[in-house]
Amino acid sequence: MAVEFLKMKWANAINEVVIGATKQDGGSRSSVIKVGGQTTLPYLSDEGSIPNPPVIAYEIWDATPGDWSEVLKEPFGNCLGKPVEWAKKCVNEFKADLLCLRLMGAHSDYGNNSAEKEAEVVKDILKAVDKPLIIIGCGDDEKDNLVLPKCAEAAKGERCLIGSALQDNYKTLAASCLADGHNIIAESPIDINIAKQLNILISDMGLSQDRIVINPTIGALGYGLEYAYSIMERGRLSALNGDKMLAMPYVCFVGYESWRAKEAKALEKEFPEWGNEKDRGIAWEMVTATALLQAGADILVMRHPKAVGEVQKTINKLLEK
Amino acid sequence: MALSGLDIYKHLAKTNCRECGFPTCLAFAMALAKKQTSLDKCTHVSDEAKMRLESAALPPIRLIKIGSGEKVVELGNETVMFRHEEKFHHPAAIGFLLEDSLEENKLKEKLEKINKLRFERVGQLIEVNVVAVKQTKDDNNFINKVKLASQSTDLALMLMSGSVNALTKSLEILKDKKPIIYSANKTNFEDFAKLAKEFSCNIVVSAENLEELADLSGKVSSLGAADIILDTGIRPLAKKIADFTQLRRLSLLRNFRPYGYPNIAFIEESDLFRELSVASSLLAKYANILILRNIESWEVLSLLTLRQNIYTDPQKPLQVEPKIYPVGTPDEKSPILVTTNFSLTYYTVLSEVESSKISSYIMAVDTEGMSVLTAWAAEKFTAEVIAKTLEKQNAKDVVKHNQLVIPGYVAAMSGDLEEKSNWKILVGPREAAGITNFLRNLG
Repeated sequence: MAVEFLKMKWANAINEVVIGATKQDGGSRSSVIKVGGQTTLPYLSDEGSIPNPPVIAYEIWDATPGDWSEVLKEPFGNCLGKPVEWAKKCVNEFKADLLCLRLMGAHSDYGNNSAEKEAEVVKDILKAVDKPLIIIGCGDDEKDNLVLPKCAEAAKGERCLIGSALQDNYKTLAASCLADGHNIIAESPIDINIAKQLNILISDMGLSQDRIVINPTIGALGYGLEYAYSIMERGRLSALNGDKMLAMPYVCFVGYESWRAKEAKALEKEFPEWGNEKDRGIAWEMVTATALLQAGADILVMRHPKAVGEVQKTINKLLEK
Repeated sequence: MALSGLDIYKHLAKTNCRECGFPTCLAFAMALAKKQTSLDKCTHVSDEAKMRLESAALPPIRLIKIGSGEKVVELGNETVMFRHEEKFHHPAAIGFLLEDSLEENKLKEKLEKINKLRFERVGQLIEVNVVAVKQTKDDNNFINKVKLASQSTDLALMLMSGSVNALTKSLEILKDKKPIIYSANKTNFEDFAKLAKEFSCNIVVSAENLEELADLSGKVSSLGAADIILDTGIRPLAKKIADFTQLRRLSLLRNFRPYGYPNIAFIEESDLFRELSVASSLLAKYANILILRNIESWEVLSLLTLRQNIYTDPQKPLQVEPKIYPVGTPDEKSPILVTTNFSLTYYTVLSEVESSKISSYIMAVDTEGMSVLTAWAAEKFTAEVIAKTLEKQNAKDVVKHNQLVIPGYVAAMSGDLEEKSNWKILVGPREAAGITNFLRNLG
């Protein structure tokens, strides 16, 4: 039977954001990462183009994580707490193309490092590895406003992706990214209207739309994943339909959220019916990422190398023609 | 897709005869669209128009039931492409493929393992649904293994066989269990459709491509088998997503009948992580039945949790009844903690209080299913609301002290709440994970 298939064509493309700068562009990275640029819903390759596959960034800290489970700590061995070693391990051993440095060391719970000290960490990592870098603050707004500008300056010209700008705290970071040639992460609390508003505010400061990435704020599998999932789908549909102020790629902090879940951490001896904790923790991170890919995630910030490897395989499968 | 009054009007005879009781055909059409009258009131409508209108009134994706008794599962009758548009209605069934070459004790062992794959999450029971038995040897062996399976599990059964004889005998044994027949294809569909009709069971229709599938599902349906499940075969993940997207789009947006049925996907990956990845992707993108090869608890827990997430009603977050819940065996001296009535929040707090082994009370405040921070921002979880809830739930009679533990995230309301409630406020941890330590250090 001849069937007339229903192929969707969309008015608008998602913005293409370039992370990292090579020597040619005034940086020192060996390669750059491009995200976004697609003109179709997730993985419907025959309805539009997907020029850049989603990418996975390894999350590294400049402090020793206090509450990571043994399963999560194991692959990094004695690199935890040594950001340069940690970064090298991810690039050399795990073949990371992109790193995400979380500046936890600046937090009062983790050493309360000065902005200058954090800027040194950024410099050291840029020197030690040649992959593009995402830089994330410690989550304390006041401290981040001191630390992030120093780090942006230290990475001037490297076209990092830096976050997070919030609705009530975006000016300092936006000005910094503008001055030092970086991209910015605009974070909204699972709210499409705030996401859009924040993109407008940041654009109004002069940062072009192709230098903004949306962090829609996600929940882990079983912990509100579906809220982010639907917010991302709604945003993506609006963007493809022509809303330029939502046409930014998405970054999702999958590792951070999923390894907090009880199901990712609890030991088998506590919950024998849940199966072994090693595979379960990895699965929790992997499924969270896998589901968000279907909602349109462009950058997944993840932790466990096994979960990263599996999600990379899925990305490859999704892009097969 | 419901027809509008104007869509219906186009098919009417436009006589304005008034025999139906309405002044014009248009008025009649409008009333039909609102389901205030029925088409049989019109004596002039042609048979063809009648057929079209009746078929348009059917749900675009047929609702089918698999299994029997308490374990019956409804599938299909989906109405939207994206869950935020309304919701995904009928959670995908998850099952396992077992070959009949398994020795009896092995088969039994596996079925016992499958039966145990049920978990409680945020107050809901989540469990697997289907066992598929596949014929790889002679008919008698298959029939025996099917019999064994039906004695060993209450889950819905799927009979995978190419033999009409094996199927007929199995179906006679399983009569009231409403099994699924797998599957009608281009060479056997006449015999298989007859079987499905005779035993009024569900039948999978398999084809190698979507065009052939449309053709075949139409033929099987015209032979009287009504409860069809669509199978586009073993295909790479990207193609499978494209297939399922077309099935749903054409049935919902074009009311294309041959695709108006639930679908099924077999995950042919031996590695657990690969199997879970493919199943998770397809669960998000429209699969109605997912059949796995492996039986592994952490894998199934992850997949069932994803199903629970994707199929939650976006307009109605899961909530618990707002009241004071005893945890353990609390008495009048036990601590009382306040949180919101969002299921996820409540059950997270509950599980931490339980693991502290300190008997306590949890008071769930009606925040319309919002979490602590969201509810606080939306002014559903304020000093005033909490003070009122304390009064309404007679908290003063439940415990004889007057100390209330509030979530660390709303520490800012302590003073205000003390004033409004006359309770002494203790600020608890921000994250539920800190509750155990908090409670242990309290007394």
